[in-house]
Amino acid sequence: MGLKTALHDTHILQGAKIVDFGGWEMPLHYGSQIEEHHAVRRDAGMFDVSHMGVIDLTGDRVRDFLRRVLANDVGRLTIPGKALYSCMLLPGGGVIDDLIVYFISDTWFRVVVNAGTRDKDLAWIRRHAADFAVTVALHQDLAMIAIQGPNAREKTLPLLAPPQRVSARELPPFCAAAFDSWFVARTGYTGEDGFEVMLPADEAAKTWNALRAQGIQPAGLGARDTLRLEAGMNLYGNDMDEHHHPLESGLAWTVAFEPGDRDFIGRQALENLRGAAADQLVGLILEERGVLRSHQKVAAGLLTGEVTSGTFSPTMNRSIALARVPRTAALGVQVEIRGKMHAARIVKPPFVRHGKVLIPV
Amino acid sequence: MSNIPSDLRYTKSHEWVRRQHGEAPNGTVEIGISDHAQSALGDLVFVEVPEAGRAVRAGEACAVVESVKAASDVYSPVSGKVIAGNAALASQPELLNQDPYGAGWLFRVQTNSPLEEAALMSAADYANYLADEAG
Repeated sequence: MGLKTALHDTHILQGAKIVDFGGWEMPLHYGSQIEEHHAVRRDAGMFDVSHMGVIDLTGDRVRDFLRRVLANDVGRLTIPGKALYSCMLLPGGGVIDDLIVYFISDTWFRVVVNAGTRDKDLAWIRRHAADFAVTVALHQDLAMIAIQGPNAREKTLPLLAPPQRVSARELPPFCAAAFDSWFVARTGYTGEDGFEVMLPADEAAKTWNALRAQGIQPAGLGARDTLRLEAGMNLYGNDMDEHHHPLESGLAWTVAFEPGDRDFIGRQALENLRGAAADQLVGLILEERGVLRSHQKVAAGLLTGEVTSGTFSPTMNRSIALARVPRTAALGVQVEIRGKMHAARIVKPPFVRHGKVLIPV
Repeated sequence: MSNIPSDLRYTKSHEWVRRQHGEAPNGTVEIGISDHAQSALGDLVFVEVPEAGRAVRAGEACAVVESVKAASDVYSPVSGKVIAGNAALASQPELLNQDPYGAGWLFRVQTNSPLEEAALMSAADYANYLADEAG
């Protein structure tokens, strides 16, 4: 049996098809993954993301610690509540994990990491935290619900107490606020507006059902994957991993080389690779019928690459993918699907943002 | 509980077979996937059916159904010659989810061996098989 979130029984009652994900029993869908996808793009949907690891880092030197251990620079976070997306790198530049870090105060940062990498992340963080006298605490007492879609915030706000409602309503994008035991962030993984709410596990089922009563559609990992891929967001383990560095994974924008004297782990390796990376991560649109899937071969003339994430886009009614290809590849490529070559086109993600298709099909 | 019409026969790989008319070597059968199979696959987004005229052997992969999540082969339960593929599925793969035993049929085969020789189950046997698989 896998690990279960505080919402597991609620999912079963609401008809979820459950699958294993990183050792956790999680909902794949509640009937139709495509309807759940459309609900998020057009109205509001919610995901149980309690399997993700919430780690609190505290101490006087916590900022210095994170400036050492993350490739993006928390020195850029000056307003409490502001969030930053970053990779955590091996010395050779490979990606240990991607994460979101929230700046709460000068002595308290909160990090949210992937479920499947949580244990190795914790080990890595603890190993380096000792040098900075930073205390590392994994939360086992929290649930997390991501409410996403154009109407997600309006439908969520009535559930908050009046003073909190005002603060949450005024949160700028990519910012969070801590209210006693709740933590509300205007972040997500779908390309839509919304909140990610961390709350005590014993309040999760009641809150989930209240959100549902507001007309918010429960959605599973299936829709989460099609939404994030349309939004051009990487999935750890598919689009980057310990064997692929950020510069060949579409994540150069998350590596802060400036200021030049910040000595983050992986910096030296990336300095050497800068401008010299042979491969890049690109978007693909399949020009023919069929479905792109991870590990399919991409042929660009004599050069070859590989699909890292592929799916059918419900918003575009077309198959889309992320693929790692040589930087010199021409825009027209061929993808091998079950032994046959199919025409595809290299594009720049995202494919869809805020309900709008950004790339003509 | 999934729907298992009693007038059809079934395979272990979840295809169904409907005798249309006649007996081998010229009888024709219609083939699709069961309600259980479409439900397990989830929302279907791409279906590839064999072209008319193609010779198939029992057990040969000759159609592909893809859901958002994964691609699955569909095997012909009988040997013979394909006489039609369901062209409507190219633009409306969701027919397979909505009506797996009707509008969601996949292909028709003119058989060259008696249906009785094929490894097929009755509806009751298929129901037991699903129960065993779930157990």
